[in-house]
Amino acid sequence: MSENKESWGSRVGLILAMAGNAVGLGNFLRFPVKAVENGGGAFIIPYLICFLLMGIPLLWIEWSMGRFGGKFNNHSTPFILDNMTKKRFWKYFGVFGIFTNVAVAAYYCYIESWTMSYVYHSLRQTFAGMDQGAVAGFFNDYVDIGSTTTGIPYEAVVFYLICLTLNTWILSKGLSGGVERVAKFGMPLLILFGAFLAFQGLTLGDSGAPEGAGSDFNSYAGLNFLWEPQFDSLFNPKVWLAAAGQIFFTLSVGMGTIHCYASYIRPKDDIALNAMSAGWMNGFVEIVLGASIVIPIAVGYLGLDWVKENAGFSMAFQTMPFLFGKWGVFLGTMGGVMWFGLLFFAGITSSLAMGTPWMGFMSDEFNWNREKAAFSFGLLVMVVGLPTVFFYQEGVFGEYDYWAGEVSLVVFALAETILFSWIFGIHRGWNEIKSGADINIPGFYKPVLKYVTPLLLLTVFLGALVTPVNNDWERALKGDWELDPSSIIGRIQNKGIIANRDYFSNSFQSDVDGVVAGIDRTNPTEVLVQIGQRVTFYRDATGNTRRVPEEMASEVATFDSLTVVKTYEFNPKRHNLVVNEGDPVEAFGTIATGSFTNDIFYINMSRLLLLGLFATICALVYRATSKREKEGRLD
Amino acid sequence: MTTSAILTMIIVQVSVAITTGYMFYRVLTTPPKPEIEDDFHENDDVPL
Repeated sequence: MSENKESWGSRVGLILAMAGNAVGLGNFLRFPVKAVENGGGAFIIPYLICFLLMGIPLLWIEWSMGRFGGKFNNHSTPFILDNMTKKRFWKYFGVFGIFTNVAVAAYYCYIESWTMSYVYHSLRQTFAGMDQGAVAGFFNDYVDIGSTTTGIPYEAVVFYLICLTLNTWILSKGLSGGVERVAKFGMPLLILFGAFLAFQGLTLGDSGAPEGAGSDFNSYAGLNFLWEPQFDSLFNPKVWLAAAGQIFFTLSVGMGTIHCYASYIRPKDDIALNAMSAGWMNGFVEIVLGASIVIPIAVGYLGLDWVKENAGFSMAFQTMPFLFGKWGVFLGTMGGVMWFGLLFFAGITSSLAMGTPWMGFMSDEFNWNREKAAFSFGLLVMVVGLPTVFFYQEGVFGEYDYWAGEVSLVVFALAETILFSWIFGIHRGWNEIKSGADINIPGFYKPVLKYVTPLLLLTVFLGALVTPVNNDWERALKGDWELDPSSIIGRIQNKGIIANRDYFSNSFQSDVDGVVAGIDRTNPTEVLVQIGQRVTFYRDATGNTRRVPEEMASEVATFDSLTVVKTYEFNPKRHNLVVNEGDPVEAFGTIATGSFTNDIFYINMSRLLLLGLFATICALVYRATSKREKEGRLD
Repeated sequence: MTTSAILTMIIVQVSVAITTGYMFYRVLTTPPKPEIEDDFHENDDVPL
């Protein structure tokens, strides 16, 4: 066995690196959206309960498993798990702890590269003077790799490769010389940028409201919406599942990175206080900073109704640059640089963590030095990641995110919790957690670790496996249980893909009923066909049109309008339109003929690629096991 | 903002900030453990 000589330079550096691993884009974008969707201020109650009963126990489990593995010079999950049981198959569960990191890094580095590119564009003031539609269109152009926003051909690919090279170079400098240095520099800067933007969000008030706008164009209306406790939501299982899911994803548990980082600490060092510090720091960034930026700023300028309809991940790139433009040239540029800068630091501290399990494994098992291990990680991520860059709009990115970034995490966390509490044994596990602890760990956590945490994880997994349609658990529990397309089973069946279910076809069908609202031929290389439906609207105090919520239908004057619900893109050289503007269209009705490769092909191919990656890592673990047997290193 | 929203926000954010600060205070004020040679005989259990 090689002697892996990596180590942490300081305790604070380790905690900042662990916190950086956990803090990601979700802290700023996912948390406020989940809170808005699940009872506002009341969401924080199940959120904190799940943090105490699932988050902290999982952190302790992973930190102690990592430190335990490190005692035997194991720095990746396959052989850390193998150390803890006589059953040899458990090391193949540990494959998740390498697979997830490679697969997630593959698309995560792409998001990271967007933030790099947007810092550049903020400095160049590219967004100055653009309206909201133009800023949103800029993002769509950016991810359409055929077009360019800088004059650099294939710029999305170029930025992706720059980002990947930067990650690889930092990883090649090792833990204390690379990862820890970035965390010590990046985390304080992230908090500083976040504090500036949160201050702006908290003090914006109604100063950004358009003339004549109503009271809901006010950042305090956004904060009120986010924090007003709706206690009846506590009786809704959907809210509890959302809180458990948020805690799970925000802490980066179930990935294998925490095990790897913790495997480099000394056998008698504390893990209990370190884990709490990193976990609470992640909570601080999420609850204090994350909740005070996007929602209040967006509500201050665009109003509460707009945010209710549009809150989501896309706001970061498609809306925020437009809002920063309203702060004037200097503050707007600073706002853009700080926003995308903090997202960049949140991203890179996480993506660096994703590189370490692979490097630890290759170093432990095949004696690779860290430069070779870092380079191989960069190369592997590039091979797995380029399909997400080239076929982003065909759904490859979403598939990676779902299977590697969500499902794999829950499966691995459930497996490791069962292993730790039931197979390794709760008494030995408890002693591992308490060994060297710098804080007193309350005794009630012992039964929590054994019963409550696995049960909560099982609930999250089953909730994801059979999510009912529209996440309506009340209806499902009454017996009307139709699977949602976003459930694991629904995804496997591709329930979300309605039309065009063949890989290749000579005709293209519409997914929806409606009429052809417009055909745009301004770009010679593409034809855009817009399908519209009649939707009922009302006009708000500022004169903006809004969809009529059911409860308001009888209170306001309404009008119907043709609204674009779907836009399809065709290549005029390869496709012939068979519809004209104003034609009625039916779902499954043909709108174009020619040669088509449908999204379902890319989606299923990306799943095969992920399966291939998993199988490859399994084969490497098998080979490493044989090598250990030959060298007499396997008990 | 309503009173309940302001109270919820302040209580939660201040509690989280104080807890985070306390954890870091404990980390920074706990004296480092003396260097010991990594000794496999000191493990609680031998790997299975």
